Amino acid sequence: MVAGAAAVYALRLADDCLVLSHRLAQWSSRAPTLEDDVALTNIALDLLGQARGLYARTAELDGTGRSEDDYAFMRGEREFINCLLVEQENGDFAATIVRQLLCSTFQLAQWQALTTSTDGPVSAVAAKAAKETSYHRDHATDWTLRLGDGTDESHRRMESALAAMWPFTAELFESDAVAREAGALGVGPDPATLRPEWEGYIRRVLGDATLVMPESTWTPSGGREGLHTECFGYMLAEMQHLHRSFPGVTW
Amino acid sequence: MRSSGQIEHGAALDDPFAGEAAAEVISDRHEAEFQALIDSDQRIEPRDWMPDGYRKSLIRQIAQHAHSEIIGMQPEGNWITRAPSLRRKAILMAKVQDEAGHGLYLYCAAETLGVDRAELIDLLHQGRQKYSSIFNYPTLTWADVGAIGWLVDGAAITNQIPLCRCSFGPYARAMVRVCKEESFHQRQGFESLYALSHGTPEQHEMAQDAVNRWWWPSVEMLGPPDAESTHSAQSTAWGIKRYSNDELRQRFVDMVAPQAVVLGLTPPDPELRWNEDRGHYDFGEPDFEELRRVVSGDGPCNRQRAAHHLAAHEEGAWVRAAAAAYAAKHPATSAAA
Repeated sequence: MVAGAAAVYALRLADDCLVLSHRLAQWSSRAPTLEDDVALTNIALDLLGQARGLYARTAELDGTGRSEDDYAFMRGEREFINCLLVEQENGDFAATIVRQLLCSTFQLAQWQALTTSTDGPVSAVAAKAAKETSYHRDHATDWTLRLGDGTDESHRRMESALAAMWPFTAELFESDAVAREAGALGVGPDPATLRPEWEGYIRRVLGDATLVMPESTWTPSGGREGLHTECFGYMLAEMQHLHRSFPGVTW
Repeated sequence: MRSSGQIEHGAALDDPFAGEAAAEVISDRHEAEFQALIDSDQRIEPRDWMPDGYRKSLIRQIAQHAHSEIIGMQPEGNWITRAPSLRRKAILMAKVQDEAGHGLYLYCAAETLGVDRAELIDLLHQGRQKYSSIFNYPTLTWADVGAIGWLVDGAAITNQIPLCRCSFGPYARAMVRVCKEESFHQRQGFESLYALSHGTPEQHEMAQDAVNRWWWPSVEMLGPPDAESTHSAQSTAWGIKRYSNDELRQRFVDMVAPQAVVLGLTPPDPELRWNEDRGHYDFGEPDFEELRRVVSGDGPCNRQRAAHHLAAHEEGAWVRAAAAAYAAKHPATSAAA
């Protein structure tokens, strides 16, 4: 038995959503087309909604009674337990699309499995999130095809983006005591079980996009224990500064 | 019966020199039919005949409106990554997204007049089309987001509600939806400022400071005084503009002055007071010299806003080129997508 495994599991999901939402929102007024400005913000809003639902549930499970803002704004870098992939900087549009393809394919498989969670509130979040995330995956897939099989430049940028993001995918499927306990309790899938479905979809899309699935011997990890990449501290500093400057007030 | 917009050539068949005179007669008749539609408060649709000046005037106005929505994403978007709570962050993201959506409807409305979005964006980048001067002011604190919602969106609604009945159908219909969303934004801005004003002394001070900075630019947003308004008379005759700038300005002040009392914030205008005889608020003279300066390019953020938009557009060029190349290679998939 791992004490509080269900709470830690829910918090991991929530942090993944919040951090990815924040990164996507950074595109506002910067996207290559107006339609994509709308789309990226829309995806960011869905992810923010998912995070908020899961923070509320985490507060019940861990018994601390914290608010969603306590989780988002009052924890330090070492207390966030999102995976490293979601915190990677936006880079160019190719990097964002690759990150989005890799993340949304993982999240879709995860939400679908979570719809049968024994934890009622989590399964309710998952039911809505699965519908939303299937659109996120469609959006990333469409752009992966266009950019991979578009111009020489777009193809080259997609190759670089894949090379940069790919190493961070290994961590998505890591199993540990929390994941195994959550799996055993029926709270949610052990991420290791999601790999075949994820890999099948990614291989097919990259193939259609004339891109090659990379291999990497470097498989960075640590996000689930609060060990992040350097770029994450800057993101949190910006996100939390105003909230922390006025302790305890209502906004 | 609506004008079909088709040109009749019958009159010119026998006499080759009759063509010019006949065209003039037809043009006069079209003009009369067009004006009759406007005078009877009906809508002009894209396929209807319309005078060139009407078309040009609408393109100018709709494009300027679309550009304002898009440039307006920048000052508020400036606070998305720093919003102080998840609830405020969600509201702000949804609002900035709505502005992008308004830009999209409006560019589409302009396209029904025979220009395309890329052309209009080029004109914006060349400085040949403008956007609302209000977005050339900086958002320096979180309270500015609330002040923009309350005052700037308030002024925008005052301007735009009459446009829901403007003579050009696609513009009027786009404005119905835009106005509904803008009204929502104005309430959200008001509510956000209310929370600050009734929060700690520091929050109250932040809200008052934002109102001090945004009040006059918002009052000026309704345009130059009637005597100096260059496009007003013709726009009024064409049923595009229904009220004068000064009438709209009065309406705006009448709406927000009592709201300021509820907010507990003081507009920076010592002459602002209810006038029982007029049944309106009196208010001071806006600094139209400053408005002219900002419109002509010397506001605090004109250069920054233009450079930001141009940089994003140029950085996205390879993406748009890739999409075009893909569509050319895969016509069936792209048409379905």
